[in-house]
Amino acid sequence: MPDATGLELLAKELRASEGVGEDAILGTLYFRSRATLEVRPTSIRKVLACLRERGYKSMMSVHGVDYYPHEPRLGVHYELLDMSEVDRVTVTVRVATETPELDSVTPDGDDGKGWPTADHQEREVYDMFGVAFRGHPDMRRILMPEDYEGHPQRRDFPVGGEPVIFTYSEGDSHGARR
Amino acid sequence: MKREPVPRGGRPAGQGRRGFETDSTRSAGQGQGGVETDSARSAGQGQGGVEIDSSGLRVNEHDSKELLRGAELLGPTAPASMDGEELERYVHERVLTTTLEKAVSWGRSNSFFPLAFGLACCAMEQFQTAGPRMDIARFGFEAFRASPRQADLIILAGRVSIKMAPIIRRLYDQMLEPKWAISMGACCSSMGVFNNYALVPADKFMPIDVHVPGCPPRPEGLMHGILKLRKLVQEDPDAGWRERYGAEGTEEILPGA
Repeated sequence: MPDATGLELLAKELRASEGVGEDAILGTLYFRSRATLEVRPTSIRKVLACLRERGYKSMMSVHGVDYYPHEPRLGVHYELLDMSEVDRVTVTVRVATETPELDSVTPDGDDGKGWPTADHQEREVYDMFGVAFRGHPDMRRILMPEDYEGHPQRRDFPVGGEPVIFTYSEGDSHGARR
Repeated sequence: MKREPVPRGGRPAGQGRRGFETDSTRSAGQGQGGVETDSARSAGQGQGGVEIDSSGLRVNEHDSKELLRGAELLGPTAPASMDGEELERYVHERVLTTTLEKAVSWGRSNSFFPLAFGLACCAMEQFQTAGPRMDIARFGFEAFRASPRQADLIILAGRVSIKMAPIIRRLYDQMLEPKWAISMGACCSSMGVFNNYALVPADKFMPIDVHVPGCPPRPEGLMHGILKLRKLVQEDPDAGWRERYGAEGTEEILPGA
């Protein structure tokens, strides 16, 4: 894990590197010995490619977050690991619920090699949070049924479930025989 | 050890019981009574041979012929000379009458073929029920079938997601009548701690005969549930679940059928 100083140096390096751009790194967060880079949504592929060149060669996880009520609400986290240094860094992008779209990091492209492990995990983020990944080879739901409506892990999605009639609550139920 | 033919002649007509104590053993034992062994007999009398009562064999032959003719259906052990109250008592001691339904449900209830099917952590307890400690084979339920066509009991061991529900319903529909279902554990009965968007209670899409509570239920719990179902099958021999639950006309309509 880069320490707080290391994280700032890494952010500075990324800003200076070719193709990423000065404004691609929106901020850094060092919290409980975890380093996080917040990245502009359009630059995610570039930033990940640059980090891969710096040794963060494994993508350990892609997951979604709903920051309700903060805007932009949805977040996607990419956890990278440098196996030789045993060093981790988190890359975060935030997208709004109105335009929940993001470049997929799964396929290879002009801006670097893809991360095949992100395939199913991006599908899960799409399924649960509704972030559509542009350029993903197979953008379908992965856990919920194909005909399911809504994205159940969003904070404004009802928890759901069924009212269950137990013996003690049988009389209160609207379906109960009296 | 030599097998002795059991002669049946020379017995008083009213004796009525199967002749464990035969003429030959009686004479060999010299009035000692009780259980006789070969060694005791040879030691007692020293003759070593087997005494065959030829008249007994003739009676056997006669009884067999009678049986074949259908005159005597009670088997060759019933003395031909029996009649009246004596014969009545003899029949009562030996013959059990019941309805065909009861006999069939007795057979069914003692040989469930469960479907080898587990959904979640409850399945571990289900396997343990088949293991040596609970030993479901004591009751004749040990033949877990891999195909729903060969099974007549489905144990929903675990949580049923709404994606899995149609598959389970298909499996249940593929099982042949008569069939029974056990909902094992909190998740598929009342959805337990997963009472949210992902799960559906089993009662919503198929008829359940026995609910086993617990999270997960111990093998004893499942055993108790299966034995309850066994009792249900014995006492309510109504074969089809549609009759049991008044669900005629809910058959699945396959596309293109």
